[in-house]
Amino acid sequence: MIKILYFASLREKLGTAGEDLELPAGVADVGGVLAMLAERGGEWATLASVRNLKCAVNQEMARSNTPVKDADEIAFFPPVTGG
Amino acid sequence: MAFTVRVQEADFDVGAETAALRADDARIGAVASFIGLVRDRNDGSGVSEMALEHYPGMTEKALESIVAEARGRWELYGATVIHRVGVLQPTDQIVFVAVSSAHRGEAFAACEFIMDYLKTRAPFWKREVTPEGARWVDAREADDCAAARWQ
Repeated sequence: MIKILYFASLREKLGTAGEDLELPAGVADVGGVLAMLAERGGEWATLASVRNLKCAVNQEMARSNTPVKDADEIAFFPPVTGG
Repeated sequence: MAFTVRVQEADFDVGAETAALRADDARIGAVASFIGLVRDRNDGSGVSEMALEHYPGMTEKALESIVAEARGRWELYGATVIHRVGVLQPTDQIVFVAVSSAHRGEAFAACEFIMDYLKTRAPFWKREVTPEGARWVDAREADDCAAARWQ
């Protein structure tokens, strides 16, 4: 299982703060997880084209080619606006 | 504690935090600090309320890593970073960064560095309430530029 989290405007748009998913065979990086989510259609289909989408794997900033494995925590969110 | 990072809903006392940072350390010749506040205007609209969301766990790690990077660049004796989350009103304090060192140069630079990196790397998001409704605050390109000049 992998844990996926969504924050801020993304959480609102998708209507969920997160979910646990079985990591399918063949999905090996963040880009693969995004493509898998986008296949759901609707708002999910727009995930791949969100301007400046940020991601983290196990609470470290990550990129599309960052590897993912079972038990990882993957988060997607818009650019940060703290301070 | 000489190096402290906190994420909290509660307000903070700048005087008490600054005193704690100095804590009888006679090596310290300079303390530089920054306080970020909620403004009542943003992008041409009035702001009546602001809510701050964060990514618990990653936020603390990101702030600790920013402080560690600052310590690698300048000789610091202490640093305090406090960031509030939850619902805030105009004039409320949002963030406090204070840095101590032997001389002002390191203290000023490290304080600004920590803020610039916090703005672009720590997972916080602001949502503000305006007369036109609630909206998520957009990231500013100027913040990326401010962070990039330290690279």
